[in-house]
Amino acid sequence: MSASATPAASAEQDEALAHFDALIAEGGTIEPRDWMPDGYRRMLIRQIAQHAHSEIIGMQPEGAWLTRAPSLHRKSVLIAKVQDEAGHGLYLYSAAETLGVDRADLLDALHRGQQRASATFNHPALTWADTGAIAWLTDGAAVINQAPLCRTSYGPYARAMRRVCQEEAFHVRQGYDLMRALCEGTPEQKAMAQDAVNRWWLPAVALMFGPPDTAAGGADARTAAPGAAVSRRAMAWGIKRHTNDELRQRFVDQCVPQAERLGLTLPDRAIRWNEERGHYDFTPVDWDVYRQALGDETHWARQRIAHRRTAHEDGAWVREAAAAYAARADTAPEETA
Amino acid sequence: MTTTSDAPANPTTPGPAVVAAVGGGTAPAPDADLAVHLLRLGDDALVLGQRLCQWITRAPTVEEDLALSNIALDLIGHARVLLDRAGRLDGTGRTEDDLAFTRPEREFTNALLTELPGGDFAVTVARQLAYTHYAVLYYEALAGCADAELAAFGARAAKEVAFHRLHADRWILRLGRGTPKSARRMRLGLERVWPYTGELFDEDDVMRRLAASGTVPSPAPLRPAWERRVTEVVARAGLTVPAPSWSARGGRDGLHTEEFGPLIAELQSVHRQFPGGTW
Ligand SMILES: [Fe+2]
Ligand SMILES: [Fe+2]
Repeated sequence: MSASATPAASAEQDEALAHFDALIAEGGTIEPRDWMPDGYRRMLIRQIAQHAHSEIIGMQPEGAWLTRAPSLHRKSVLIAKVQDEAGHGLYLYSAAETLGVDRADLLDALHRGQQRASATFNHPALTWADTGAIAWLTDGAAVINQAPLCRTSYGPYARAMRRVCQEEAFHVRQGYDLMRALCEGTPEQKAMAQDAVNRWWLPAVALMFGPPDTAAGGADARTAAPGAAVSRRAMAWGIKRHTNDELRQRFVDQCVPQAERLGLTLPDRAIRWNEERGHYDFTPVDWDVYRQALGDETHWARQRIAHRRTAHEDGAWVREAAAAYAARADTAPEETA
Repeated sequence: MTTTSDAPANPTTPGPAVVAAVGGGTAPAPDADLAVHLLRLGDDALVLGQRLCQWITRAPTVEEDLALSNIALDLIGHARVLLDRAGRLDGTGRTEDDLAFTRPEREFTNALLTELPGGDFAVTVARQLAYTHYAVLYYEALAGCADAELAAFGARAAKEVAFHRLHADRWILRLGRGTPKSARRMRLGLERVWPYTGELFDEDDVMRRLAASGTVPSPAPLRPAWERRVTEVVARAGLTVPAPSWSARGGRDGLHTEEFGPLIAELQSVHRQFPGGTW
């Protein structure tokens, strides 16, 4: 429908927009049945879908180690974690569905490459220690990124995030504990831990928080401008509460002392406490270096999607059977078992 | 004659004799027998859990990824209790991890059913159906044994496996009465695994001594109840329980399928790569 259809409709819409803006301004919550601007809806769908996709794509690098976990305790912890991530995917797809999209369509968009998961997971998990580094660093980054989303303006998203965040915080502690065990183990175990941190630090710092969106974050005018514009819009709508760079700084500040306690070296020689700022300095993210990882033209980007697509296609007959059965069960009284 | 190459151990391979040798020629201490038995139950749970782990991120839906990981998690939990106890009973002082990660494949005593490789989702549903109906019955029986620790475990495990059984029951219904294609695959799945179900109820000297002394119940008497229950569920799914012309055995004696070696190699790879490692 067009906004200029009739003067009455237009006035009604102005009023709805004013109401929406006022609600956002006072930090209120938008619910599925409330009127919302198209741009707000589109931004939410895009962000929630990407988040949901990241949860289920993110199951793959760790999922690959389920069969090789070196103790039954660690195996149980890892199964529970991967299971949680599946649950996060489900909460988030449900939140997206409240905005009028269908999970099946979102999955199709992921499989066709029209929507993306976080490029963080386009890195391979090469050793057992990677499962610890992923949980400690990328889940750690996720918690910092997502904690403010528990207060995001869209109600179903905020509620989903509250459940997700509690579990993510648990994953971080377990990841740290896994790394601690390796660091206190044999020299070979500790070397494996260090190698994993060397490979997962930058993906966590760079990709989990997105492009620099402030000049302070090290962005030049070219990269900062688009990132900053998107961030500003998301913040104005109360979808986002902090800039990417603020959150990134918070993450670095959290990880440096943890790494010191573990006896691991974060692979960034510029990391140093800055008394004046009250924060750790670190090398600004060179977004160009990461543009490659963001693209689809890498082995692992393709592999993650191919893995998903294969599972989806192999399971098509099962989903069809379940759908056919459910349709028939509506009329079959015996199906209460 | 044994008709198919699926059967890794035909009736001419040494069966219970190997177990008798493992357990000792003359009636060994009850603890040794119980250790052998609990190791078998623990290996069943561990190996089936390992097979289910291979599904995770590959299931037909995200809900199934979640459901199968939930089941795998419970099974690994059962394996931990059972292996831990077996290690304390057999006098070697081996921990659950020693038993899971350092035994060679010939010392694993899981039923062959639990190790059968891959197959499609229907094969997994068929195996889950057979195993869960058996395991609920057995763990319920175990819940009545005199050993308080084992009885408590049996009661808890029976409750957990009852959920896994519900999951299997629901899936066989959906697949059996879903589409012609799913019904055909489900029938093939049942046919694939059914020759391997008999081993779950096998009774050897170890089992007979344990049952006779009243230490733990034997699974053998549970078979008719199991048959009744699975037949009822399979019939509701519009399918029939296969009547295989042969029955596979060997797992209880450490005689496994050729696919078992890679499963164990994968399970133990990291643990073995780091001698003296702590996790
Ligand atoms: Fe998650
Ligand atoms: Fe997580």
